[in-house]
Amino acid sequence: MLQLRSVGMQFGAVEALQSVDLDLAPGEVVGLMGDNGAGKSTLLKIVAGNFAPTSGEVRLDKRAVELTPLSAREHGIEAVYQDLALCDNLSAAANVFLGRELSRRLLGVLPVLDHAAMRRRSAELFVELGSDTRPADLVRRMSGGQRQAVAIARARLSSPRLMLLDEPTAAISVRQIAEVLELIRGLRERGVCVLLISHRMSDVFAVADRVVVLRRGRKVADKATTDSSPEEVTALITGAIEAA
Amino acid sequence: MKSLRRTPQSLWVMLTVAALAGVMSLVSEPFASADNIFNVSRNFAFIGLVALGQTAVIATGGIDLSVGSVMGLSGIVTGLVLGSGQPLVLAAAAGLGCAFLCGLTNGALVGYLRLSPFVVTLGMLSVARSLALVISNNKMIHDFGPDEGLVLALGGGRFLGLANPVWLLLVAALGAAAWFRYSRLARHVLAVGGNENSTRLAGVPVARVKLTVYVLSSLLAGASAILMIGWLGAVTNALGQGYELRVIASAVIGGANLMGGEGGAFGAVAGAALIELIRNSLLLLGVDPYWQGAFVGGSIIVAMLVERVRRGSRTAG
Ligand SMILES: Nc1ncnc2c1ncn2[C@@H]1O[C@H](COP(=O)(O)OP(=O)(O)O)[C@@H](O)[C@H]1O
Ligand SMILES: [Mg+2]
Repeated sequence: MLQLRSVGMQFGAVEALQSVDLDLAPGEVVGLMGDNGAGKSTLLKIVAGNFAPTSGEVRLDKRAVELTPLSAREHGIEAVYQDLALCDNLSAAANVFLGRELSRRLLGVLPVLDHAAMRRRSAELFVELGSDTRPADLVRRMSGGQRQAVAIARARLSSPRLMLLDEPTAAISVRQIAEVLELIRGLRERGVCVLLISHRMSDVFAVADRVVVLRRGRKVADKATTDSSPEEVTALITGAIEAA
Repeated sequence: MKSLRRTPQSLWVMLTVAALAGVMSLVSEPFASADNIFNVSRNFAFIGLVALGQTAVIATGGIDLSVGSVMGLSGIVTGLVLGSGQPLVLAAAAGLGCAFLCGLTNGALVGYLRLSPFVVTLGMLSVARSLALVISNNKMIHDFGPDEGLVLALGGGRFLGLANPVWLLLVAALGAAAWFRYSRLARHVLAVGGNENSTRLAGVPVARVKLTVYVLSSLLAGASAILMIGWLGAVTNALGQGYELRVIASAVIGGANLMGGEGGAFGAVAGAALIELIRNSLLLLGVDPYWQGAFVGGSIIVAMLVERVRRGSRTAG
């Protein structure tokens, strides 16, 4: 579905990515790991269309594309960023539909927000995601896991093919982490491809089919999680093993 | 406690208004007189109308300090056009047109150039007042031409026992309440105030949302000024001077959060009612009117402190 071909990204003198190849297929969960500054977020932002790579190309369905945030969305790529970007003062449903509000016509003319439809649709999404989030609750009063569910439900709204998650389990409690991993499994069941950036080895080995390791901008491993082990991946991240 | 915290602030303010009115009618004989009630309600209508727009601005996380001066400019322009023999419709269009341009300038600078709302509207406060002085040549205008009767009736008349501006405020408040609840724009107004960046990422045209609320705020200030000159029967360039403080106090007391993201129509009206009621009570109780500024200004600060305490208990709970 999506391919990166010798993608490089340079920020001035910093080579954030060097000649990275990556293939993503429908219905697979790929864990992207690496130390701080290894280039994980940069790679995600290239796929989300926030950065244009300085070299190499991005292919979608075997055609080279130049992505912008808007065109990436149109191609069915949705990203959930590290800092979540929710409006604390609004309800879960309002956040899910922010910028894509549903309206109905009052007396056939006047467009008004269709609160009931938005609540119903968000409730469905939360059920699909296996989350106990209630659509009418304010985000301000929610747990970290419920916030993740809101952010993911928002991204799910457009039925994307590829979902990019940047550190979804950072800064939340252990019980909430289990919820988020359940959300990711739910996405895979629906044929969505998930690129999961995480620092937590246990998360990646719990949900990912494949693990990709970046070290100082280079891809040093790309293999099925069943053929690898947390010890090997740790060694790859730190450089104790050169490549695998 | 939980349900207490969830009671909207507008309801608390309305209860306070009712309680204060009850006490005042016991301790002061003139308070409950038909004349006094009529005057208080009319006075707060002028403020309440402008506070509705201010609430929308504050809900985006902004502030509009220029409303009092925009009232002055719109009032003067409307008065001058009336005095030159033009019909009310044309004069009102001219007055509202000036307000529109002021709001457009504020909104473009805040929304598209991302300048600080405080600085931009403080500048407009000075510019609009100065224009009112220049245009009026510092003269009072009391000749409203052939439509004078109509102007005086509109702002000074009454209908079914209530002053016309009060009726207009009621209609505007109901409209604004529906707008806050049912319009996509109002949803975006609250979203911008809640998390501007995230709202932009969601594809909402943030700059346009901001532009719109400043235009609305100015237009309501202009409309209020047109009603006011009908009540006063004359207009000077001092019209609306210092009103920004009462308007902002009304919005904030009514629950508009100066940090953005919260505010509603009934709150603005209830806040305006409370402020006018306090002013009236102080007068009737014989407190020197020089104290009024202290009470209005102090009430803004107290409202912010209350908000801080509520915030605190919310994070704790
Ligand atoms: N917008 C940017 N401008 C300049 N340098 C950047 C920018 N984004 C990332 N970098 C640099 O690129 C490298 C990789 O960063 P990043 O992709 O955020 O790593 P990770 O997410 O793996 O921690 C780092 O050296 C970082 O400082
Ligand atoms: Mg990162």
